[in-house]
Amino acid sequence: MSVDLATVKRVARLSRIAVTDEEAERMMGHLNGILGFVEQLSEVDVTGVEPMTSVTPITMRLRADAVTDGDKADDIVANAPSTDQNFFLVPKVVE
Amino acid sequence: MTDLTRLTIADARDRLKAREFSAVELTTSYLGAIDAANGALNAYVVVTADKALDMAKASDERLGAGKAGALEGIPLGVKDLFATEGVHTQAASHVLDGFKPKYESTVTQNLWNEGAVMLGKLNMDEFAMGSSNESSYYGPVVNPWKAEGSDEKLVPGGSSGGSAAAVAAYLCAGATATDTGGSIRQPAAFTGTVGIKPTYGRCSRWGIAAYASSLDQAGPIARDVRDAAILLKSMASVDAKDTTSVDLPVPDYEASLGQSLKGMKIGIPKEYRIEGLPPEIEKLWAEGMAWLKDAGAEIVDISLPHTKYALPAYYIVAPAEASSNLARYDGVRYGLRVDGKDIADMYEKTRAAGFGEEVKRRIMVGTYVLSAGYYDAYYLKAQKVRTLIKRDFETVFHAGVDAILAPITPSSAFAIGDKELAADPVKMYLQDVFTITVNMAGLPGISVPAGLDGKGLPLGLQLIGKPFEEETLFKTAHVIEQAAGTFSPKKWW
Repeated sequence: MSVDLATVKRVARLSRIAVTDEEAERMMGHLNGILGFVEQLSEVDVTGVEPMTSVTPITMRLRADAVTDGDKADDIVANAPSTDQNFFLVPKVVE
Repeated sequence: MTDLTRLTIADARDRLKAREFSAVELTTSYLGAIDAANGALNAYVVVTADKALDMAKASDERLGAGKAGALEGIPLGVKDLFATEGVHTQAASHVLDGFKPKYESTVTQNLWNEGAVMLGKLNMDEFAMGSSNESSYYGPVVNPWKAEGSDEKLVPGGSSGGSAAAVAAYLCAGATATDTGGSIRQPAAFTGTVGIKPTYGRCSRWGIAAYASSLDQAGPIARDVRDAAILLKSMASVDAKDTTSVDLPVPDYEASLGQSLKGMKIGIPKEYRIEGLPPEIEKLWAEGMAWLKDAGAEIVDISLPHTKYALPAYYIVAPAEASSNLARYDGVRYGLRVDGKDIADMYEKTRAAGFGEEVKRRIMVGTYVLSAGYYDAYYLKAQKVRTLIKRDFETVFHAGVDAILAPITPSSAFAIGDKELAADPVKMYLQDVFTITVNMAGLPGISVPAGLDGKGLPLGLQLIGKPFEEETLFKTAHVIEQAAGTFSPKKWW
């Protein structure tokens, strides 16, 4: 399978990465190289094979349903580019 | 006075305890070495000199009070992927511009709890994506090794290139690193150092910036096998904050060194004899077999038939997980923000400016393979192939093989800015052909220096073990080290 320029731009949009036409063009070449490489997997017969969900056979540990962390709003917003009274500020999303 | 930076962790530990010198003296020696070398090697992105001296002073007090931890006063470097409280943590990416976490990763906390001293944060490929340390926002790391008679700058490998270069150049006693597809073992091989990727779940991933969560695992890079064993013992732990960390006791890895290999079966996988493998590596591999045989192990031929599919399966699974993990870098909660005309435009501009080319490429591949209509063809298929890769290993271990001996890299260190590799991402990906199966199957793997090639550059061998049998790897790697010796670069910086 290979991707065309429109697909590259659509994927960039889904990835939330702005790309120029020139970047999209270059990316198309690289993406097609990678997709061509992974195409080898079509040779493998996976009939009846379960997909891997965990490399180690572990059972997920459960813990008591109790509050173990919190009350650190100042810490949480400390690294944000723009905040006000412990809220993250973003460009207006509702007109 | 002898240069204290030349001491191994084991030596420095014993001599600190004997109070032959102080932790402050040791740390000061390292800070001086970093100051003199970092301009040329670019191994550190941040040096935390004041913090290091404060930690060393505290170590001296504990040493004086007879309350020394296992790593008391030992100066370490930390890969920039690990969150360190109040200290630069950017995964060598511009997107995390200015990020100073309010928390400490579990692995580094474990090291500080044992008395280790932090010298600073080490350069790496951006978000651990790369095999040459050239994708860092902070520029490439220069390998302290150079080919004989050549002045060409070589890569230290990646993604833990800063960790490997700093250890090889005596700019830290040991370093933390991470390995998602070979990022500990390949740079260790390129710099003549020892690196171990433990079994998935042995170290907590909490506080390590995630690349591909089902493959990422922390481990040490050190100057010899003993030092790697000492570091892993302190790094590993079960952790309530990482449900994939395992609740198994952490053995005293150092105690396994010197144990006999009698009765051990070492498997030699025929699929690793790839076309174009340099004769020097072929020869080194045969030497490794001879050393282990001399030590009493039995060498057996094995087959891991799905080996060649590990790399293509990885380049579906890892980008898919990366595209999801890296969605969080959106200019809202931390790091860089580039303003836009609306919120979507802000996201797109922030991520365009913040991520480098290789990271963008992997996010986009991941987004594509997970997008509607392609999930089954790519991701689900790759996860099934992964089951087969793991099954290959289970079959040989079940047949009585204790460990597998293989090459670690298809070449010695290559030049910074190699045009052929830069033009074709897939060529760079092939660097990991021998390391990636181990991550896909969650197994432990160790890279140990085994010799120099014709150009005088280090080459390593890899040992792959059963889940949670790192002790077997340490004792076997130690035999190789005893036979091959250790290797240091000539100082030019």
